[in-house]
Amino acid sequence: MSNTPFIQIENLNFSYEDESRRMAVLKNLNLTIEKGSFVAILGHNGSGKSTLAKLLNLMLLPDSGRILIDGVDITDENLSEDALYEIRRRIGMVFQNPDNQLVATVVEEDIAFGPENLGVEPKEIRRRVDEAMELLGISEYAKHSPAKLSGGQKQRVAIAGVIAMLPECVVFDEATAMLDPKGREEVMNAITMLNREKGITVIHITHNMEEAVLADRVIVIHDGEIVKDGTPRSVFSDVEGLVSRELDVPQVTQLFHLLKTRGISVTTDVLTEEEAVKAFVDLYPEKNHGK
Amino acid sequence: MANEAVIKTEELTYVYGKGTPFYRVALDRVSLSIEKGSVTGIIGHTGSGKSTLVQHFNRLLKPESGTVSVSGKDIWEKTDENGKICFKVGLVFQYPEYQLFEETVEADVAYGPKNMGLSEEEINERVKRSLQLVGLSESYLQQSPFELSGGQKRRVAIAGIMAMEPEVLVLDEPAAGLDPQGRKEIFSGILRYREQTGKTVIIVSHSMEDMASYCDSVIVMNRGEVFLSGQTREVFSKADALSSVHLNVPQITSFMSKLQKMGYPVPSDVLTVEDAADVLVKLLGGEGTC
Repeated sequence: MSNTPFIQIENLNFSYEDESRRMAVLKNLNLTIEKGSFVAILGHNGSGKSTLAKLLNLMLLPDSGRILIDGVDITDENLSEDALYEIRRRIGMVFQNPDNQLVATVVEEDIAFGPENLGVEPKEIRRRVDEAMELLGISEYAKHSPAKLSGGQKQRVAIAGVIAMLPECVVFDEATAMLDPKGREEVMNAITMLNREKGITVIHITHNMEEAVLADRVIVIHDGEIVKDGTPRSVFSDVEGLVSRELDVPQVTQLFHLLKTRGISVTTDVLTEEEAVKAFVDLYPEKNHGK
Repeated sequence: MANEAVIKTEELTYVYGKGTPFYRVALDRVSLSIEKGSVTGIIGHTGSGKSTLVQHFNRLLKPESGTVSVSGKDIWEKTDENGKICFKVGLVFQYPEYQLFEETVEADVAYGPKNMGLSEEEINERVKRSLQLVGLSESYLQQSPFELSGGQKRRVAIAGIMAMEPEVLVLDEPAAGLDPQGRKEIFSGILRYREQTGKTVIIVSHSMEDMASYCDSVIVMNRGEVFLSGQTREVFSKADALSSVHLNVPQITSFMSKLQKMGYPVPSDVLTVEDAADVLVKLLGGEGTC
């Protein structure tokens, strides 16, 4: 991760409007996301998470404020259409329902859809599609119909389709919400790999706290404002704060917090199962009749 | 809880695309029974046959072979009662909020009971009662369902099925896509329904944490067959078996069973964080180690 900002959001305001009322969704939001970082965004339903995601590649336009992508002000009214398409190429999006984002009848054609629309040379398309399938571990389904794949496989096809456009950043908007445990794991492995090995900036919107732990930064949005921003360890140490904002913490974090409140002297910054086991053994080695 | 089966399938088999290249056995001689008054969870990876199975419970799908009976009666026998099986076994599909269509919350929830031919008085009574069950006050009655938040819409849709007071309430992924608070609200509504009416609830879900917290018993489906079934505690103590069919156990269950494997005297079938805390407080505090 470098310290170069990739996304800079300044005083961003957005509201939805109908005849009768106006609802502020994002309120004077300021946020900088560094190139190559892995950011998890948490927040209750209606907190403004998805709205923020859609503003990042101009699927929605802000009421006021600026969004800079790699130094380019995308909210500038004089932004050319070409520049707009370029932003959408650089910031890919993967949504919740895999069935809503696959368009072709064959997996490899679906992945080729993006680069084809960008006017990429056929030979180059072939190369990108093969590379993306290889990367996501779906080469064996190249000629399959997406309809016959599992949820996790479909989502990986959707991700490959985004990767074939060579984005620098991918926003996952609850991309794991509809998957079974195995599918979730497949997609999370893919996301982590894209970030760590390919240096792609990842913004992962989720309700799953165990997924958020994998990020290097966690941002909590509540009623359109950023209320927490830090490493997973610092954010999840405030169990009461998160619960009061209608969120959760990982089960093991909650357990250690509960043990502490019940008078047992344990550390409370436990995030994963492995850490929990280690913390437990460190404190009570004599109980280890171990094998 | 009575020990009697409200739903029973025997050798239930269902195939998709018979006589086409897409032929696939979706359910393969499934025999199971669901206890009356229970909250039963059905889990399994995508494509394991969960949704196909529950659609057999109220005649939405017709078995290729085998039988399905509700309260001891074969639902495919030609009787008047079976024509109304959807009143007896109410099915809430995934993302039911997309099925809301009336102008007011009241009218939407009343749609089911109205079709059952109930008196107006009874309908009003049931609409209020079921909205109360899902935690929505009477102030919502005259609102348009389309002006509500996603979680509220979902609750209105579920109330619409509850208002029919089905003997068996089946919900397919009732909390998918909701935040933790929204999930809790949905599940407390479902549990209240069981508590206040004594009816049976069947929940299909991918969330092992939710299943562990809310179900009395669990059926695990794999490749169109029942892979495991039993009391929730018993099923989730089999972590290795579950992971072999692409499922897992809640993080807290996994943590406790790891401690057990290391030699600590703790059970491996702990289902909730509160239970785990009870066990550990006893273990640690009880022997004066802290």
